[in-house]
Amino acid sequence: MKFRMLGALAAMTIMVGQVSQAENHQVVDKIHFLIPGGAGGGWDGTARGTGLALTDAGLVGSATYENMSGGGGGRAIAHLIETDDPNVLLVNSTPIVIRSLQGVFPQSFRDLTPVAGTIGDYATLVVHTDSEIATFQDLVDRYQADNGSVTIGGGSVQGGMDHIVAAMIMQNAGADPANIRYIPYDTGGPAMAGLLSGEIQALSTGLSEAIELARQGEVRILCLTAMEEVPAADGAPTCDAAGAPGTSFVNWRGFFAAPGISDERVQAYRDALTAMYDTEEWEAVRARNGWVEIFNPGDEFVTFLEAQEQQIGDLMRQLGFL
Amino acid sequence: MIEGILIGLSTAFTIENLLFVMMGCLMGTFIGMLPGLGPMSAIALMIPIAATLDPSAGIILMAAVYYGAIFGGSTSSILINAPGVASTVATSFDGYPMARKGMAGKALAIAAYSSFSGGVVGALLLLVAAPSLARVSLSFHSTDYFALMVLGLVAVAAFAGKGSMIKALLMTVVGLMLSTVGTDQTQGVARFTLGMIDLVDGISFLLLVMATFALSEALMAILKPKGDAARLEEKEAAQKLGSMKVSGAEVKEMAPVIGRSSILGFLIGVLPGAGATIASFLAYGTEQRLAGKKGAEFGTGSVRGLAAPETANNAAATGSFVPLLTLGIPGSGTTAIMLGALIGYGIQPGPRLYIDQPEIFWSVIVSMWIGNIILLILNLPLIPYIARILAIPSRFLLPLILFFSLIGVYFVSFNTFDIQLMVIFATVAVVLRLLDFPMAPMILGFILGGMMEENLRRALLINDGSWSFLWERPLTVTILGIAALCLVLPALTGQIRRIKDAAYKRTGASGD
Repeated sequence: MKFRMLGALAAMTIMVGQVSQAENHQVVDKIHFLIPGGAGGGWDGTARGTGLALTDAGLVGSATYENMSGGGGGRAIAHLIETDDPNVLLVNSTPIVIRSLQGVFPQSFRDLTPVAGTIGDYATLVVHTDSEIATFQDLVDRYQADNGSVTIGGGSVQGGMDHIVAAMIMQNAGADPANIRYIPYDTGGPAMAGLLSGEIQALSTGLSEAIELARQGEVRILCLTAMEEVPAADGAPTCDAAGAPGTSFVNWRGFFAAPGISDERVQAYRDALTAMYDTEEWEAVRARNGWVEIFNPGDEFVTFLEAQEQQIGDLMRQLGFL
Repeated sequence: MIEGILIGLSTAFTIENLLFVMMGCLMGTFIGMLPGLGPMSAIALMIPIAATLDPSAGIILMAAVYYGAIFGGSTSSILINAPGVASTVATSFDGYPMARKGMAGKALAIAAYSSFSGGVVGALLLLVAAPSLARVSLSFHSTDYFALMVLGLVAVAAFAGKGSMIKALLMTVVGLMLSTVGTDQTQGVARFTLGMIDLVDGISFLLLVMATFALSEALMAILKPKGDAARLEEKEAAQKLGSMKVSGAEVKEMAPVIGRSSILGFLIGVLPGAGATIASFLAYGTEQRLAGKKGAEFGTGSVRGLAAPETANNAAATGSFVPLLTLGIPGSGTTAIMLGALIGYGIQPGPRLYIDQPEIFWSVIVSMWIGNIILLILNLPLIPYIARILAIPSRFLLPLILFFSLIGVYFVSFNTFDIQLMVIFATVAVVLRLLDFPMAPMILGFILGGMMEENLRRALLINDGSWSFLWERPLTVTILGIAALCLVLPALTGQIRRIKDAAYKRTGASGD
């Protein structure tokens, strides 16, 4: 409930334009970012950070922002489809795939025009530093030996992203994903508190949320869902190498445009985003937020989304959520 | 540590930073006064500005805005019964009746002093004990949080004195029921949404409180116009609206309340799953019970009833910095935004923050102190003017309240459905109030219901569906025991008194 108040920012910040100053060639005149959640959340930060980098670098003339929460993100999607405004970019992330599978809203990414995936975060399984579970294999062994003995928490509901990722890792490790004792928390913060308090034994969370506490010696990262080692993860093993071969998952964030948009306009958005990656302005925003670049434009993005929908959908069916 | 405080002081006490504190306090107060905009939105608004400053100045600015917004929120609770954020709901219980009695200035002054005390004591505790309290903040499990919510709910008994206990309980249940509308927090299933997408995220607290408190209050005032005599009285009362005079006896009465509530509030704030709202309710309930005979005044304009939640919510806001700074765990939406801003500066809160970057750690704490002091200095002279809002004739003031309540909610969601829902809730609230059903227990049930359910269901999942945690965890048992005592004790003492009275009468009769 408290988090819903975030949306209040919308009252003050919509239509705050930014004027370009830099000498980069302007690719798009204006973008209106539609944010399906309140101010201060992940979607909000992504849209505002990207908009800032684009305008500061002079690639986009002006950027405006609108927070439209409601319906688990569905209200903004419905709004974009209804208005079909070519100037609007909707920010979204992995939950658009999950929630449309769950039927939270009737639309899916297919009803919009996917522009590009821009940033991402790998998922991780972590335990308390004092835990007897030293490695990923220890966790799998315990899980296999007695399903009831391992509780894995996460910052989403049952059948939500953190649950699905944990199930995916267990499945690839050769265990039955349906046996997971998943404990849901409101958001990642309380979930981490639950892990540190000893209430749960392991936690499924994003690398960015776990890395700092791992560096400070509070938690141990058992494995992460990249296929190659991530330099920023300080040598934490990939799940692929640690005993769950083939585990690849990225919690992406990216942008979608209206369904009826012209090909030229979409291409212009993609060109602007492509050009953005080489600018100092983007690097400043990216570094400040600790984002991992995973540029995924156009058809690649669609293929990626389809693959992720397949991967998650299969798992959800297996877990009995569909 | 002394060294650390000095580092903090030298960072905070530059002309530039003091200007930021003043600016932040003022802006925070005004933002907080608008229904719908609370501390969280105020800080979110400040982030773009703060991002251009150096870390210390930015954090100082945000802390100042934070405290300013909390105080601003209390202002609208007291003056027009419109608590824009959950943590100031309890403030309206006694603050608004005081304002109605023409003591708006005094109520605001008490709120300012209490907030100040809570904030300063909180910052002191943070200074002395933050590193060692880090572990305390992790001592609570879901079962304990559940017990804590039950204890909070028991505070409903505090409202029983004003009317029928049955009605208070019924309204609590209504609140609990309303909290189940929307997406279930455990399984993600939509419940009681009637197939409407607008209800998928549940009923927002702001909408409910604005409809049932502010809107229904204004509608009631329209329904029950005052007679000429009352109007004359009101005019006289308006003369002393701005008076901030607090008597010596009242100061004596409030001092222990503020002391206790500061510590209670801070400790509750330290828990990442509780927060300022629970703290304010618990402090209100505790003080009502400790007040003895004066407990009956609670809800009618008791200075204790105003001081307790106002102190506790500020102390809790400060306490919530313990898990944020020492563990990097945000316990509330506000601290989550703060964490984002800190990371934006390249500061990673966690166990090593006060070792690696002591100047940041200490300047945050010192800036809280300064924020509180400046807030008090700036706001005290403003109070008489703010209080005079109530001197606006009803025919202008009431429509303004209606307008701002509706607009405040609309500006959060930009959804016209919310306006319709608000009007429905306000109408129902007016009918219920005409039948003497209290609204406060409903809001209490609504706020606590969601958290109570979430923690209970999590506890059940962790314990494999067994309810044994209710008696197996000492902490849970203790808290539930206190809750049971709170419920039973007043009834029991009443019974004993009756028996004693009867015995006295008998002996008195035979002695004649």
